[in-house]
This record gives sequence, structure tokens and C-alpha cells, in this order.
Amino acid sequence: MKEEVAYQKVFGRPESLKPAPTHYCPGCGHSIAHRLVAECLDEMGLREITIGVPPVGCAVLAYNYFNFDMVEAPHGRALAVATGIKRVKPDRFVISYQGDGDLAAIGTAETIHCANRGEEISAIFINNAIYGMTGGQMAPTTLLGQEATTAPMGRDAKLHGHPIDISRMLAICDGAVYIERCTLTSIKQIRQAKKAIRKSFQCQLDHLGFSLVELLSPCPTNWKLSPKEAFAWVNEVMTKTYPIGVIKDTTGYEDKR
Amino acid sequence: MPSALPSAPKLQSRCTVPSEKMLMRGSHVVGEAAVRAGCRFYAGYPITPQNELPEYLSARMVEVGGTFIQGESEIASINMVLGASAAGARAMTSSSSPGIALKQEGISYLAGQELPAVVVNMMRGGPGLGNIAPSGADYFQATRGGGNGDYRTPVLAPAGCQELVDMTFLAFDLGDKYRTPVMILGDGLMGQVMEPVVFPDFLDLNALPEKEWVLDGCKGREPRAIYSMILNVNLMHQHNLHLQEKCDLITAQEQRWETVQTDDAEIVVVAYGTAARIAESAMEELRGEGMPVGLFRPITLWPYPTPALRGMAERVKKIAVFEFCLGQMLEDVILSVGNRAEIYFYGLPGGIVPTPAEVGEFIKSAARGDGKIGRRIEV
Repeated sequence: MKEEVAYQKVFGRPESLKPAPTHYCPGCGHSIAHRLVAECLDEMGLREITIGVPPVGCAVLAYNYFNFDMVEAPHGRALAVATGIKRVKPDRFVISYQGDGDLAAIGTAETIHCANRGEEISAIFINNAIYGMTGGQMAPTTLLGQEATTAPMGRDAKLHGHPIDISRMLAICDGAVYIERCTLTSIKQIRQAKKAIRKSFQCQLDHLGFSLVELLSPCPTNWKLSPKEAFAWVNEVMTKTYPIGVIKDTTGYEDKR
Repeated sequence: MPSALPSAPKLQSRCTVPSEKMLMRGSHVVGEAAVRAGCRFYAGYPITPQNELPEYLSARMVEVGGTFIQGESEIASINMVLGASAAGARAMTSSSSPGIALKQEGISYLAGQELPAVVVNMMRGGPGLGNIAPSGADYFQATRGGGNGDYRTPVLAPAGCQELVDMTFLAFDLGDKYRTPVMILGDGLMGQVMEPVVFPDFLDLNALPEKEWVLDGCKGREPRAIYSMILNVNLMHQHNLHLQEKCDLITAQEQRWETVQTDDAEIVVVAYGTAARIAESAMEELRGEGMPVGLFRPITLWPYPTPALRGMAERVKKIAVFEFCLGQMLEDVILSVGNRAEIYFYGLPGGIVPTPAEVGEFIKSAARGDGKIGRRIEV
């Protein structure tokens, strides 16, 4: 007699991710962040109406990995491009996915004004405190004392200014309804990051305004640390300058945590 | 009983929707023509002398169900246009010289990503902040690409308000046809002058050619990506060759120019836009004096009507070039004419708008070949 076995799929690649190997370094947070974004789009049934805008930076090739429509923006201009898309197609789902150089240095004006206009866009902000793609130069988010190729003695507030906390800056914009900072360096935090991304997406679906999820993301290559050390550095050092948690929430959503 | 508080004065709409011939300012003309040509997205940042255009559209776009955004900068505005274009809209931005300089990054991306858009430049004096007077000093920037990389954008040079109407329609059509940004190159005077115009009816948005490349969500199809970064040198090489093929096609198919009284002319003035209007008045006065002078007016500055001007130069003795700058279109004239005719040049930078009589004196000087006004160009 034939034996019947019922298989249940418990894990797989989200449809919102293409079956393609990424160029990201071992231990990089981008792969985790990509997966979280993809899982949320899948679970919320948004993939087929999503238009994404990648940054210029390590995730510039995100359209090779994300399995939905995407358009490249010049460095820093993702949220201006996203604004144009969303205004023309208000019934589509629009996300930007940007690093700290893109969103918090060259694109600061576009970021602040997009948030302040309250554009119905979800921004995923990957903060790794360094310019990754170009080889480890100082970022606006680089911590005091942190070494970078353009701050070889470590960031010195007198010489280089202070690390910028753009999420807190955006929080004072009336158009921004939800901003949360998470890390990608523990199971618990990854799950929290996914919740935050889902909530950000819900803000857009409910036409509440602009929302942003900042993800503190390890960059072992340019931090010159092993992946394990890089994860520990996020948890023990980076979160001192960039404390995790909800920075702004005027959504009125019930917090089940 | 307390009397009611006076109500705030009602703002008069800047919009007028003319159905018949009417007098209208150049900047407003472009705005009205744009919405009739199907433009439903405008983003721009204030700069004189073209503020009347965004002001007009700020109200008009609401009426036609489109989007007007006053961007935080020219850079943001051109990139909003990039996004709107990727999402399928006929999209436009406008500015004046220093602002157009800021938009060059976005124009280069539009060209590389093959996205249509209309960019209006009402030129003012430069370099730097310059002044707000009419100028022709952005000709190089407009016709040679302007931003980084190997590309050109079609450049239309209207010489009056009716042409602003017609060329706004044409600009959107060319943009969609060739998937390229298109520039309308006017000047401070063109944006401010009032002339009678007649508008065509509104284009039926549903009747516009379908854009099979638009990003609107991947339901029922494979996802699309629109980008200009091509790291593989062979593929980048191919992309550049593809853009070049498009340039060649535009060059072959889209040259436009006007000739006035050139059949019997011994000297022909070459000028575009506002300068051509002044030159035409000067020409009429000289014709009255019995001088055989004609006008060659390029309408597309890129592609430049080189074969037409070259043919003209075979027949006439002298070419007199007049520009609101120190000789930028002059280079295209030299490339077209070579040594087929004597070339004379008169350029007025900085916003000085001469009278027809002054330009007439230049033409006479060129006809005499004495170089008293302007200068002889040795090729």
C-alpha cells in the first residue's frame, strides 16, 4: 500500500525576492533587510502594486534582487522620485530603500521635505554609519571616534562634526506619522524590525502620511570586524548613539507589544 | 449686534481658459498648452523670470486633476518629474538659467534612463546668479547635453507665444516618441511678453500612445526596472550606442527651421528665439531700403538644421549671426557654413535687448564687410 506523506512548506524564498545571489558582503545587514521588506510585501499582498526606489550606495542594484517594479534615482533623490511616482499613481504602493549617505547626507533636503509634505511613502533607512559601496569613507552617521578612510584618526566632533540623527530630525515634521529604529543583529530585533516595516506599510495603506524605519545594519567589511564582532558592535556601541525604539508614532494604531 | 468680520479678499485665479484667440503672457501660455497637451504633473522651484508659469499651473493643475508640487529645490523638482515620468505621466518642470544648471543631474539621468520629460528654460543672464534679463547664454548647456555622459536632448526655440503653444505640444510628443527629455529654450522676454494665441483642444489622455515600459506594479507581468547604471562595460557600450542611434534618428527626422525672404537674399541673418524676432524687424526695415537681406531661424537648436543652413550658405555671400550671448550658436553656424560664405557675428550678453535699428546697423556693417559693428569670424 502506498504511503502518503503530507508535506507542509514552512520556509521559503518570498515571492518579492528574485532567486538571485546578492553581491552583499558576508555579515552585511542588507540581505536581512531585503528579506524583511519582501516578507512584509508578500504577507500584505502588495508585491504586484509596489514600485520601489533604491539608493545610490551598496543597495544600488536592489532591482536585481527585489521582484517588483523599481526605478533608479540619482544619489539622494529617492524620496523626490518616489514623490513623483506616488502622486501620479496614488493607488500604488511606493517604498524607498536608502542608506545613510543617500538619505542623511546628499539627500537630506529631499528626505526632510518629503517627510514634511507627509507623502504617503514608506522609507526603509539602512544606517551602517559608513559609506560602504565607495570603500569606507566617513558617513554623516559615523560615530565619534569611529575610524573611516576619510577620518583615519577616528571621527572628531571638532574636525568632522557630530553624527547626525536624521530620524529624530524627521520626527518634528508634522507630515511624518511613524518613525522607529531597530537593529538587525538579534532574532528578537529582526522580528521587531519586521513588525516596524509592516506598521510603516500599513501607514501608507491607511493614507496617514510619511513613515520611516531606520535599521542599524552591520558592515563588517568597512568596519574591519568579523561579522560576529560587527553584530556585537551594533548592539553595544552603535545603539548608544542611536537608541532603538519608536521615535515617533501618531498613527493611533494599538500597540500590541 | 456686532457686524460680521470682513471676509478675506478673494484671490483671483490666475487661470483663464481661453477658447478663442486671446492675449496671454508667454509663461501662462506654456502652462495652458502643457495641460492641453496632457501634462498632469509639474514640479518646480521659484526663479525669476518664469515664476508666472508655476503660479499658473499651481491653480490649473488642480482644475484638470493633475499634480503641482513646489519642490524644495530645482534638484528635487526634476527628480519628482523623473518619478512621475517613470509612472507614465506627461511631466514638466521649468526654471531659468541657474536653476536649469541644478537640473542637469536629473536631465542626464532622464536621458540615461530613457524617460520623457519637458524642461522649460527661460534663460537669464549669467554666469553665476547673473541677472534676470533675457539671455541666450545657455545654448551650449542646452544643445551639448548639459549634464554628465554622452547624450543630447532635443531643444526647441520658440520665437513667440503661438510657437510656445505649438512647441509645448511638440515637446511632449517628441519626448514620448523618442523616450527623451526635451527642452523648450526661451528667454526672460519670451516668458514675459504678451501676444495673441489660439490653443488646440485638450488631447484625449486615453488616446495617447501606450507606454509599454511604465512602472505601475507588476501584476500580470514580469517586474520592470528603469536604471542608467550599467557596470558591465560591454553592456554600457551597447547602451551608449543605442542612445547614439536615437540621436541619429532624431537628427534625421526632427530638424526644424524657418526661412524668411531668403530666395533673393545676398546676406542672411541667422538668429533664434527673441533675437530672431528683432532680426526679422530689422530685416523688414532694410528690405524697405532695398537691401536684399533674409532670415534663417533655427527652430530646433538640437538637432541643428545644419544641411539647410549649409545649402543656404552655398547661395548667399554673407551670413550674419546675432545672439544674446558672446557666440554660442555661432559654433553651430561655423560647423554648418564653413568657408562657403563670410560669417559675421554680433553678440549682446548681459540682457541688453537691442532695437531693430541697432541690429540693422550690424547687418549693414556685415554687408559692407567693414567690421564696425560686431566682428568677422575667420574660419
